[in-house]
Amino acid sequence: MNDQSHHIISYRKLTGIWLALLALTALTVGITRLELGGYKVLGALTIACLKAGLVIAVFMHMKYEGRLLRWLLFLALLTLAIFIGLTFFDVLYR
Amino acid sequence: MIPAQHPQTSFWNDTGKTGIASWIFSTDHKRIGLLYFYSTFGFFLVGVLLGLLLRLELMAPGRTIMGAATYNAVFTVHGVTMIFLFILPGLPGGFGNLIMPIQVGARDVAFPRLNLLSWWLYIIGAAIVLVSLFTGGGPPDTGWTFYVPFSARTGTNVTLAVFGVFIIGFSAILTGLNFITTIHRLRAVGMTWGRLPLFTWSLYATAWVQVLATPILAITLALIMAERTLGTGLFDPTRGGDPIMFQHLFWIYSHPAVYIMILPAMGVVSDIIPVFSRKPIFGYKMIAFSSLAIAAAGSLVWGHHMYTSGMSDTAVLVFSFLTFIVAIPSAIKVFNWVSTLYKGSISLEAPMLFALSFILLFSIGGLSGLILGAAATDVHVHDTHFVVGHFHYVMFGGTGFAFFAAMHYWLPKFYGRRYAEKPAIVAWALMFTGFNILYFTMQVLGMQGMPRRYYDYLPEFATLNLVSTIGSWILAVGLVIMLVNLFRGLWWGAPFTGNPWGGASLEWSIPTPPPTENFLEEPVVTHGPYEFASLKNDGTV
Repeated sequence: MNDQSHHIISYRKLTGIWLALLALTALTVGITRLELGGYKVLGALTIACLKAGLVIAVFMHMKYEGRLLRWLLFLALLTLAIFIGLTFFDVLYR
Repeated sequence: MIPAQHPQTSFWNDTGKTGIASWIFSTDHKRIGLLYFYSTFGFFLVGVLLGLLLRLELMAPGRTIMGAATYNAVFTVHGVTMIFLFILPGLPGGFGNLIMPIQVGARDVAFPRLNLLSWWLYIIGAAIVLVSLFTGGGPPDTGWTFYVPFSARTGTNVTLAVFGVFIIGFSAILTGLNFITTIHRLRAVGMTWGRLPLFTWSLYATAWVQVLATPILAITLALIMAERTLGTGLFDPTRGGDPIMFQHLFWIYSHPAVYIMILPAMGVVSDIIPVFSRKPIFGYKMIAFSSLAIAAAGSLVWGHHMYTSGMSDTAVLVFSFLTFIVAIPSAIKVFNWVSTLYKGSISLEAPMLFALSFILLFSIGGLSGLILGAAATDVHVHDTHFVVGHFHYVMFGGTGFAFFAAMHYWLPKFYGRRYAEKPAIVAWALMFTGFNILYFTMQVLGMQGMPRRYYDYLPEFATLNLVSTIGSWILAVGLVIMLVNLFRGLWWGAPFTGNPWGGASLEWSIPTPPPTENFLEEPVVTHGPYEFASLKNDGTV
């Protein structure tokens, strides 16, 4: 990466994201105490995706990268989602 | 070690380093390709030896040369060696490195140092696998699939062997990244996507599978290590774990891995057939597209290894359906190769004979794969010798024979010397005959109900097992003749110069052996890789 494309993120923003991650972690713990049945897993996975998204977008600078790199990452994540999704044909119908 | 006197510009001469350092620390893709070739091929020979021992044990019922425990270890090490140390890195690492940068018109791959690191990771991983055989509880006895719960409990040295394979996985990921970047960024002027040779196209599809699927293998193997050393209970139902989840994770990688093994082989065949038919390839775009389609669809069919595992019926139905979809792009390739042959001026030289055997053997393997892909029939033949016969038809009859085709087709280009044609054809005939006796018999035995992975069997299977073992000897004799002829030729054979096969892709336009940076002047591509009309009268491109 050359100097021109290197984006510097302010401490204020980084701290904000960190606090958001902590809050989402607390939320993950929180929903385990609610009576949600099978939706607990869905809730936990949704929050985990949100957290991963924040880390990738801000801490890993993907928000400031070009379209090609974003597409490549999207492709990898999509593949992973399909892999996990297909296993649910087994787990949900056993 | 220079096989013959070569021009000063040849990559054999121009290094800057001397002795072994000029090889193991070289960042030249051709040297790294040869390093990969010799190391993977060395492991292939070890695997062959173990395979012959397995067949010797099965020659007659009861104990022949080894007991049950040794047999379990030998088939495991045979599988791990052949799959992780030979077939997976063999074609991409060896011939991919040797040929692909030249075919796209580049001086080297995009990241030459990373390329060297890939080879080192491969060698370190392989060394760890070797060490695991002689330390701890001895060689693993789980089969190459490392299924839990047995792999979590066995006293053999599974942890270290799995760690070795884990490291080899990183080598594959880095090679994949390197190839994708090279094909995207380093193509010569005029080398459009529609002019890429089909071997390069197949490596491109393979590289994506390497990058996207291999991390899952690494994670799965790390989980086995965690299960064994930390007792995590992830796959233990008594502690809330799920043993079938291991099979999902393992096959999410290992089924696409089959396509890492077969796609480059299909690329080799797609490059050889038009050259020896003296005719442009039929359906270029569809062959290129079907490589990508196989890579994509082939990544979604892993569940067909698990029909009898206790997985849900819905999943069985979905995976069976998806499996049949992969047959379509595979058949597109086969039909296009056959159409290329139609009305061609076919020249039956050694590379072509191996390539033609690929089509037949791969088709037998592919069709027997449909029997296994259909859930109803799979239940009957699951874990029998039918499966062993099937995957050897695909992996050995397919990838193995394509590898031999590539050896005869491309290695003379790098050595500047060639093998003798007649012994090569005799070797091919013996191997082809031996191969079919060896593995077709296995498919029949499987249909009759002989299970796999046992050192002993019922007396009614004795005759066919004897026949199969005799087939393995014929195959081995052919292999020895092929190797002696090929390597004697490469070192001391008649000179191989110019473009004797009459290929029209870029590797045939450069001096033999290739110069250090491949091209003496920057290439400008003006025609496709199979436009033989562009060849000049003297055979040059």
